[in-house]
Amino acid sequence: MKITQGQFSFLPDLTDAEIKLQVQYALNNGWAVALEFTNDPHPRNSYWAMWGHPMFDLADPAGVMMELDACRKAHADCYIRLLAFDNVKGWESIRMSFIVNRPAQEFGFELIRQEGEGRQIHYTLRSVTTAAIAARQF
Amino acid sequence: MSEMITAPEEMLIDLEEMYQHSCIGETIAALDRDMVGLVPVKTRIREIAALLLVEAARRKLGLQAEPPSLHMSFTGNPGTGKTSVGQRIADMLHRLGYIRRNHVVVVTRDDLVGQYIGHTAPKTKEILKKAMGGVLFIDEAYYLYRPENERDYGQEAIEILLQVMEDKRDDLVVVLAGYKDRMDTFFSSNPGMASRVAHHIDFPDYNAGELFEIAGLMLQKMHYHLASEAELALRDYIALRMQQPRFSNARSIRNALDRARLRQANRLFSQRATKIDRHDVSLITESDIRASRVFQA
Repeated sequence: MKITQGQFSFLPDLTDAEIKLQVQYALNNGWAVALEFTNDPHPRNSYWAMWGHPMFDLADPAGVMMELDACRKAHADCYIRLLAFDNVKGWESIRMSFIVNRPAQEFGFELIRQEGEGRQIHYTLRSVTTAAIAARQF
Repeated sequence: MSEMITAPEEMLIDLEEMYQHSCIGETIAALDRDMVGLVPVKTRIREIAALLLVEAARRKLGLQAEPPSLHMSFTGNPGTGKTSVGQRIADMLHRLGYIRRNHVVVVTRDDLVGQYIGHTAPKTKEILKKAMGGVLFIDEAYYLYRPENERDYGQEAIEILLQVMEDKRDDLVVVLAGYKDRMDTFFSSNPGMASRVAHHIDFPDYNAGELFEIAGLMLQKMHYHLASEAELALRDYIALRMQQPRFSNARSIRNALDRARLRQANRLFSQRATKIDRHDVSLITESDIRASRVFQA
């Protein structure tokens, strides 16, 4: 199951050349580019791990691509997303965010049923990867 | 470069037109105009420009080759124009399409080397990322290597630098600058660095005539001019100053002119009862220069 979140997620995955162009767009706007990775792609998971610091004062996407390559090497089996942060007053938030790396196999989510009061059923989603990791750890 | 198509054998390339189109002539002319002397430097820069132009022509004809390595080292005494040329190199390489961005990041040891274990690598990488696409100018590069302290973190910075110089050749041009003798020691103790730097350019000292010309250019830029006797005084000054210790070429001349401006301002201020005009405020007289300490020795 292909995870769709952030920009361009209904398109085929961006190639490195296309990512470079997007990064250039962000840099031209003066946004700081950052990389984050996670193995829990649940849409409510806003706490992805940072790969290094956000990159301020860059002129060229080559620097970002260097970090992206390093991140892919270290976390090939994770989701990696690229963010562009706008620090202009009034915005002060993420202006771009898209996935730049997916694990070879995407397991998607499982549906969890919980029996509540009065035999009421609560449903929730849990990403299969995190379940597998939890199973391995405990 | 997968989009490369093989051109037909008989395709003709107009180098002259490519030359005009790149506006590289402008940069070289500006270099000739603004930088006095430095013949070996200018020759090498012309050679590099020719190489890149022919390289572009070869690419047009579908003759593929690894992009030439353009890492350089500038060696020379203080004030011989290493940094100024570094700025122009970026302009030239940008016009020839070798680098994507016309920017120079000037750094010294402090910007690359950290203060504790694990601090150096991120610091160096940060700078490299900032310089990507343009020129990284490392001033006084020999400070990176401190043989007297084997636990110095400089070596770590050098290693990261070497790796990027090799792998990201088309993203970054590294220019190492420093004084001749110390750079020689630096290269002899870092053979990997010496072999990755293709162009070793030596900046010769200026002679008295060239220094006078430089002084003229500086004054012109600052909108001052010399009285005719002051010109003679300046020539005498240069001849004397060149004999003295700690002479640093164009930088000494700049300092001398700054002090002459100071004396000129004082002279005008002490005569403030009389009205002065545009000519007076931009005129440096003989006495402004002759009052220098150099003449009293």
